[in-house]
Amino acid sequence: MELNFEKPLSLLTLDEIDQQEGGVIQSFRTGHTSPYPDPADWLNGEEPPPGVFITSVEKVLNWSRHYSLWPVMFGLACCAIEMMCMAASRWDLARFGMDIFRASPRQADLMIVAGTLTWKMAPWLKRIYDQMPEPKWVLAMGACGTSGGLFRDSYSVVPGFNLVVPVDVYVPGCPPRPEALMRAIMDIHEKIDKTRILKR
Amino acid sequence: MLVDYSYIALFLVAAILFTAVVLGLPVLLKKLGIVPSKPNPVKNSAYECGVETHGRTWVQFNFRYYYYALLLIAFDVLLVFLFPWATQIGSLGFYAFGIVFAFLLIVLAGYLYAWKKGALEWN
Repeated sequence: MELNFEKPLSLLTLDEIDQQEGGVIQSFRTGHTSPYPDPADWLNGEEPPPGVFITSVEKVLNWSRHYSLWPVMFGLACCAIEMMCMAASRWDLARFGMDIFRASPRQADLMIVAGTLTWKMAPWLKRIYDQMPEPKWVLAMGACGTSGGLFRDSYSVVPGFNLVVPVDVYVPGCPPRPEALMRAIMDIHEKIDKTRILKR
Repeated sequence: MLVDYSYIALFLVAAILFTAVVLGLPVLLKKLGIVPSKPNPVKNSAYECGVETHGRTWVQFNFRYYYYALLLIAFDVLLVFLFPWATQIGSLGFYAFGIVFAFLLIVLAGYLYAWKKGALEWN
């Protein structure tokens, strides 16, 4: 999604930027009322047809994606603390091959959206998602990610991230423990393993 | 004689091969349909990541930070020398002590000069 400012931002005053940003957020909100369908067709996907070459090539490709899943930093609220815990020494994300949280979406495959998403932040979440290269996966962490959680009825909170981006795996909990998040990452791995890449 | 330079040619060949593979592999994977191609304006823009800058990007810093940076460099170097010396102070003896002391005096002179000039005062 492109944010349409009339003039380059560097030419505007701060008040004008505030007004235009409000307009952008309002239009974003009216444009995102129904949730994206979950990309969950892999769950009941058909078995791979027999074919030694294609299956083994696919296996290698999926294996390389499986073990080099780099997450983009997207900690929004308290869930991010648990996410950091998971990346640090005790739970040690590096053994899944997810060594570094990338600061740039251009280098990342997985977006762990951790925390409460407000409508003011939502356009930028979408922007970060759009900047990520294909193939990409999204993991909604916490109660706020799945449904808006405690703040579901608030005027400013997005009730569920699937209004903004298609979400692959939801992690319930407020906040979820690092083990729960790791389980979700293993679900993403399972999805990657079962993805049919090559056309038949 | 000229054979000695063949290593450099080997390096050149390796560098060219590496660059070609790294640049060509994504193109090949895209051609084969392994990497899905779903371009959008944001993805194609040259801006690396995140939000574009708000307001003017020419931010001015107070020039007094310059003094602090200079002092920091001087004392950084001093500390880099002091720590290894301090861990081995017993075995290095008086000669090393004298040298470090002289070095300390030189930096101290600079410190006193900066102090006298008022570089440590913010106003």
